[in-house]
Amino acid sequence: MVYYHEVRKDTYYDSITLMLFSGALSAAEGVKNASVMMGTAHNKDLMQKAGILSPEGAAEAGPNDMIIGVLAESDEAVAAALSELEKQLNSSGEDKAADDGALVQKARSLDSAIRQVGGANFAIVSVPGKYAAAEAMRAMRRGLHVLLFSDNVTIENEIRLKDYAVEHELLLMGPDCGTAWVNGTAFGFANKVRRGGISLAAPSGTGLQEVCVIIDRLGGGIAQALGTGGRDVKEEVGGRMLLMELKALNADPMTKVIGIVSKPPADDVLRKIIDLTRTFSKPVVACFLGGNRDMVRGSGIGFADTMEDCAKMLVSLCDGVSFPEDDPHRYDALADAEIALYTPEQRYVRGLYSGGSLCYEGILLAEKIVGPVYSNITSGDYCLRDPETSVENTFIDMGEDYFTDGMPHPMIDTRQRVARIKKEALDPTVAVVVLDCVLGYGSNPDPAGALAAAVEEARKLADERHVTYIASCCGTYADFQDRAAQEDKLRRAGILVADCNAQAAKMAAAILKRLNAGRNA
Amino acid sequence: MNGLNKLFTEDLRCVNLGLEIFCDAAVEQGTPCVQVEWKPPAGGDPRLLMVLEWLEV
Amino acid sequence: MKQIVKEANDRAVAKLKNAMPFWVDVKSAHEALGIDRYTVLHAGPPITWEKMCGPMRGAVIAALKYEGLAADNDAAVALAGSGKIRFEPCHHHGAVGPMTGVTTWSMPLICVENRENGNFAYSTFNEGAGNVIRFGAYDDGTVRRLHWIEDTLGPVMKKFVQESGGVNLKAVIAQSLNMGDELHMRNAASTNLFIKTILPGLAASCEDLSVLRDVIRFITTNNDQFFLNYAMAANKSAADAAHGIPYSTIVTAMARNGVEIGIRVSSLGDRWFTAPAAAVKGLYFSGYSEADANRDIGDSAIMETGGVGGMTIAAAPAIVRFLGAGTYKDALSFTADMYEITHGESEQYTIPNLDFRGSPIGIDIARVVSTGITPVINTAIVSKEPGVGMIGAGISRAPIELFTQALLCYGKEVAGLDLSVQ
Repeated sequence: MVYYHEVRKDTYYDSITLMLFSGALSAAEGVKNASVMMGTAHNKDLMQKAGILSPEGAAEAGPNDMIIGVLAESDEAVAAALSELEKQLNSSGEDKAADDGALVQKARSLDSAIRQVGGANFAIVSVPGKYAAAEAMRAMRRGLHVLLFSDNVTIENEIRLKDYAVEHELLLMGPDCGTAWVNGTAFGFANKVRRGGISLAAPSGTGLQEVCVIIDRLGGGIAQALGTGGRDVKEEVGGRMLLMELKALNADPMTKVIGIVSKPPADDVLRKIIDLTRTFSKPVVACFLGGNRDMVRGSGIGFADTMEDCAKMLVSLCDGVSFPEDDPHRYDALADAEIALYTPEQRYVRGLYSGGSLCYEGILLAEKIVGPVYSNITSGDYCLRDPETSVENTFIDMGEDYFTDGMPHPMIDTRQRVARIKKEALDPTVAVVVLDCVLGYGSNPDPAGALAAAVEEARKLADERHVTYIASCCGTYADFQDRAAQEDKLRRAGILVADCNAQAAKMAAAILKRLNAGRNA
Repeated sequence: MNGLNKLFTEDLRCVNLGLEIFCDAAVEQGTPCVQVEWKPPAGGDPRLLMVLEWLEV
Repeated sequence: MKQIVKEANDRAVAKLKNAMPFWVDVKSAHEALGIDRYTVLHAGPPITWEKMCGPMRGAVIAALKYEGLAADNDAAVALAGSGKIRFEPCHHHGAVGPMTGVTTWSMPLICVENRENGNFAYSTFNEGAGNVIRFGAYDDGTVRRLHWIEDTLGPVMKKFVQESGGVNLKAVIAQSLNMGDELHMRNAASTNLFIKTILPGLAASCEDLSVLRDVIRFITTNNDQFFLNYAMAANKSAADAAHGIPYSTIVTAMARNGVEIGIRVSSLGDRWFTAPAAAVKGLYFSGYSEADANRDIGDSAIMETGGVGGMTIAAAPAIVRFLGAGTYKDALSFTADMYEITHGESEQYTIPNLDFRGSPIGIDIARVVSTGITPVINTAIVSKEPGVGMIGAGISRAPIELFTQALLCYGKEVAGLDLSVQ
């Protein structure tokens, strides 16, 4: 094994670009492991643990330097990998052509970018957390509304930013806001949806995505779908951004109905939301995942148990359409068919999700049937000690920090989930596996393809033991991955395709209910 | 008219600081977006960042 | 920008932009600057004799011989190192000098009046090519030339300019920018324009025909940079007017002594912020290479300080060959970068190739640190051997350390921040 490292001083690339470089290096022939990272203490640690950086190399590099670390079979392999990297480095600096041949414009500074675009009104900020608050503030000082995608922003900074935003009547969606639709444009991880009269304000990112794609599927359309950042409805932040957004949506002529998608707000914040929306002329529907309808009793706010219900209620109110109630026996026949194929050992469900809210909704629906489930996103007794190892009924959010530290998010890169599917398949106690498949901007070009291949391989690894795979696509037929084609790929691999995330969880729950009933009888 | 409501009536013109995919996606949807060639200001030195913050650069 | 700082910078840039530099007189250094016989002024930030680079030491030797303070080279060296000579930057006395910039008691100086602000700035006359103290030569011919400048050129120029009522230097600079000069490395148009401007008055005022012939030969032969010294004094007069504005983060001096480069900032008083002078990257004349080069030297970075030179490479396509692997696109890109780090745009100095956009003026230390873009300086490359002279030309970049140091100082002294808590 040949080890090679190189430190390039004062050389900065963003995290996604670096991951692409790392991928290219790792894939080169004869390379066992390789990575290109910025020299922060954390990254140097990761690289050293992976055996691709020596202590000497680590000492050379500072946080603004780029480190290349390679472990390969031979010097030639190292040289070949490096020359591949050079090609990537050289091409990444060039102007890219957009599909219509127009050059994507670049600017050396915020001010010249604002000038170049002809006077900006909106900024998307996704720089590393350490710098994100300052950049968001700079944008707002110049009168720009902000989508703050970055996380690792302190709560003090969040409050400071939002106070400024509220005072100056600017949007500050974030920190850690990954999804929004403003004036019909999808930002971050978002989908192509119809324009219409439904608006939403949501601390939840994938929650917002799921509700919006269901609305689109049901024939409704979105006026505005605004993020607030996950911490906005906690007591310290006090719902600052949510309240400002709700007010604006109530005053927006295009908006007919308003939805809120979030985990239950802090008591104080909930009170403020209720007091505010009481004055509204438009109906409000809230999906407080993990909450209950008592929270809004007497307030006039409609309560949705699931994101699907939230979408249905909003479309109903907006377009006057009505939807039938869920049939509690919808999946009975399917459940009977599945349980007939299990071995006596198979009894558990595993949920492997790329979206946090999708995972959480899955947990809530599964718990109704099987009781508490283990997870990496809940606290207390059922918090998974080791996220790599499932215990009994387990639902995992693979977009959580543990999995995304130094690795791309599972919505972008399917490798970690693919590996986990195979691992779960080898567990003889697993009966059902639930997956999400997120489409749209920012997401992997073919998540269904990767999941389907993984499932087929998993089946072989499990010696054809029957495991029920259930998936739902969080996407629309207009997304570039094409939901129809994605669902086809899943079905062809023997994966059961549910309408949406809630239905996927309900399907899994129905199977487990029949399974447990059968065994306990 | 509130600033947010005003935004809802305007054509979006965006600037992007960070991951280029966001800029590409906006442009693909016909929304003008310019990518800022961002790197950590002041080489990340916290003292310099403090002065720049004070200056509101 | 914080309002109070923005306003201060607006004022500083206004001073830079609205300066009205006129060549009004010629005086000896001691008459103009009040220095004594044992003071030797030099280019760049403060430096001791021991630390000086070869060319500057050569220039000092020549000057001491010229002033009659030393009979030969050995005596000059001994005197220079004796402690009896006070070495100070030209900048401290309202003067600027290209390359070694050595200026002493008897030398006649171009006197420039900034009529907008009432202050004066000074520079020696450009000696031309060959053995000159500008490049550190110190042989007899060099000293003889200095005497000729004092005895002949000086008085002729003095008589002319006094009779003329003053020569508008800004007009020459502005026109030359529109004729392919950038006023630092390339003064072909400006020198020619200047000579054309002064020739009638010069001819009328100099009654001795043979003297006139000598003077005309001097300024038209092997002296393409003759106007540089005027332009430098003009920019110095503008920059000094912009200095001393509380809260302003604008650079009011940028200068190299061949060993170190330094900047001064409007609100930070007399302080120099220094770093090792850069190596110049560029094109070498036949037979020379980087191994022969001295580091960046001269007060001529006052040109960039005043919104021309490296700021306006886009205006001078003829010099792109000197920009490393340069193409015209690179020239545009350099100037585009300079807009990112300057506070204003000059209405009078315009760049035809950018649709007559005003040149980037007023280097802002905060913008430099925030963007990481450092000022580009167009410059000649001089040999480290005293007297050999120019061996090429290219660009250097003022190191970021100058600006980070200045910004930290600003943070502590102007903003009153406690920067120790990190």
